[in-house]
Amino acid sequence: MLTFTPADYEAIGLSVKVAITATILSLPLGFLLSYILTYGVFRGKLLLEVLINLPLTLPPVVIGYFLLILLGRHGWLGGMLEAVGIRIIFTWKAAVIASAVVGFPLLVRSMRIGMESIDRQLIHASRTLGAHWYDTLLTIILPLSTRGIIAGSSLMFARSLGEFGATIIVAGNIPGVTQTIPLAIYEYAASPGSETMALSLCVVSVLLSLVVLIFHEVMGAKLVRRS
Amino acid sequence: MEMKFKAGKNYGDVAMDFDFAVSGERVGVFGESGSGKSTLVGMLAGLLQPDQGEITLDGESLFSSERGINIPPERRRIAVVFQQPTLFPHLSVESNLLYGFRRTLPEQRTIDFATLVDVLNLEGLLERGVNNLSGGEKQRVSLGRAVLANPRLLLMDEPMSALDDNLKFQIIPYLKSVSEQFKIPYFFISHSLVEMRLMADQVIVVSGGRNAALTTADQLARARMGHSPVGYINLLKVKTPRRIDGLFAYSWGNQELLISAGNDQAEALFELSSKDIILCKRHPEAISARNLIACTVANTFVSGNRIGVELACGDQLMVAEVVESAAEELGIRSGSELFAVIKAVAFRRLG
Repeated sequence: MLTFTPADYEAIGLSVKVAITATILSLPLGFLLSYILTYGVFRGKLLLEVLINLPLTLPPVVIGYFLLILLGRHGWLGGMLEAVGIRIIFTWKAAVIASAVVGFPLLVRSMRIGMESIDRQLIHASRTLGAHWYDTLLTIILPLSTRGIIAGSSLMFARSLGEFGATIIVAGNIPGVTQTIPLAIYEYAASPGSETMALSLCVVSVLLSLVVLIFHEVMGAKLVRRS
Repeated sequence: MEMKFKAGKNYGDVAMDFDFAVSGERVGVFGESGSGKSTLVGMLAGLLQPDQGEITLDGESLFSSERGINIPPERRRIAVVFQQPTLFPHLSVESNLLYGFRRTLPEQRTIDFATLVDVLNLEGLLERGVNNLSGGEKQRVSLGRAVLANPRLLLMDEPMSALDDNLKFQIIPYLKSVSEQFKIPYFFISHSLVEMRLMADQVIVVSGGRNAALTTADQLARARMGHSPVGYINLLKVKTPRRIDGLFAYSWGNQELLISAGNDQAEALFELSSKDIILCKRHPEAISARNLIACTVANTFVSGNRIGVELACGDQLMVAEVVESAAEELGIRSGSELFAVIKAVAFRRLG
């Protein structure tokens, strides 16, 4: 029998909120960078590519620590934000940033694969028919990248739901404030007699992941049928 | 249309350098695969930036390395019909057709959508998605879309090479009627001499990344006759077929041709290779060939080790080829009277 405390419900709600916010906020930048990496020819492209993919290979704790240095009260960015009354560290916003950084490479990779599959002649045709590059981007590349965008968003959302290492460093594990599902499971796992609670949240985690994957597959199949 | 082109691009060790000036409405660019045709199209359309040189169209500089000019593709008003019909798969036929039209300044929209749809016979297709269209329909939509963008020059980059033979020659009347009705000058790019002769008045021959002097498609076909395995292809427009003994008797000017591969359509276009015509000094008798046409030699020319013989058959002309010794033995020269012997199965229907 699944058992949940009010704090568990808050952790589930917060996890979903953090994952949705991180995914939505990352989409525009992810799309732009995917476009630049797919179609751009410039110096430093390799470096940009490495930087974007770096979170894939770095331990999340390391990412969290870097974010702490950057966003902490005395950090380069955190100090400036603190001066105008914005506090990031140990708030749910920090969890969003941690999830966004960790999941970003997955988003960009999927979008890029989607863009690379677009026939270049469609883009050439659009340009010779009078469309500026930004017009082509919005009317041809964006709609034809839908599968890549959905795949990338699903992956990033799922990764954000499971984010632990960077989040615990930069947002802490404050019940009702920054405690997401993985952090709550971690806390239950470390407390004797809380196995049922931990297992209940694990089940929720599995169900959420299943929903995301099914959504991904259904949307993918729909788009294939449409094309 | 007046085009001056003197520009080039290097791909490692391979240099593409084109230098020509051409004026006219129906220009062909002829060359084999890998000759540089696509590079030329890319540079003209603004999709490929030359390393150096100058390109002007009707006096306006499209590219000049010296003056730092490179007009982007969307401002050149040079539309392209690509080899593969590159239709936008997420848009309907109508939205595809209107893509360029909507991006054209209202004062430049001289082509009426309904007229174009009528000319290209697209009425029933407008609401449909593009993925279920046939190859010929797709290419007609692609052509219509380019034309509706109201270009000052249309580049047709091997628009028929992705179609099978039957569809190929169904699309030619559309290509012709669009350019004639809407007065859009075009560059027709192809590696097919037959297509060149149907579509172009002047031809730029491209080979190894360079171009030769301008010629006509017919002169080019004659020059290549002796080097080509198919010889010179005569294009014969015939009409009013009648069925006779399992064959079709067509009117060819004031002549009649008996053809095996005919049908009941009122007009047809057939090709006949110069290699499939036998010349006789006297009327042959008891012969299986169904066409024995009295003709006069209008002209002769040399191509490789062959003699091309231009024959006036009534009010029509065709070219036969013979080897030198045959020409000598028959005493072939301008004014000679001969019989052309052609089998009924030697004709191939194009459209």
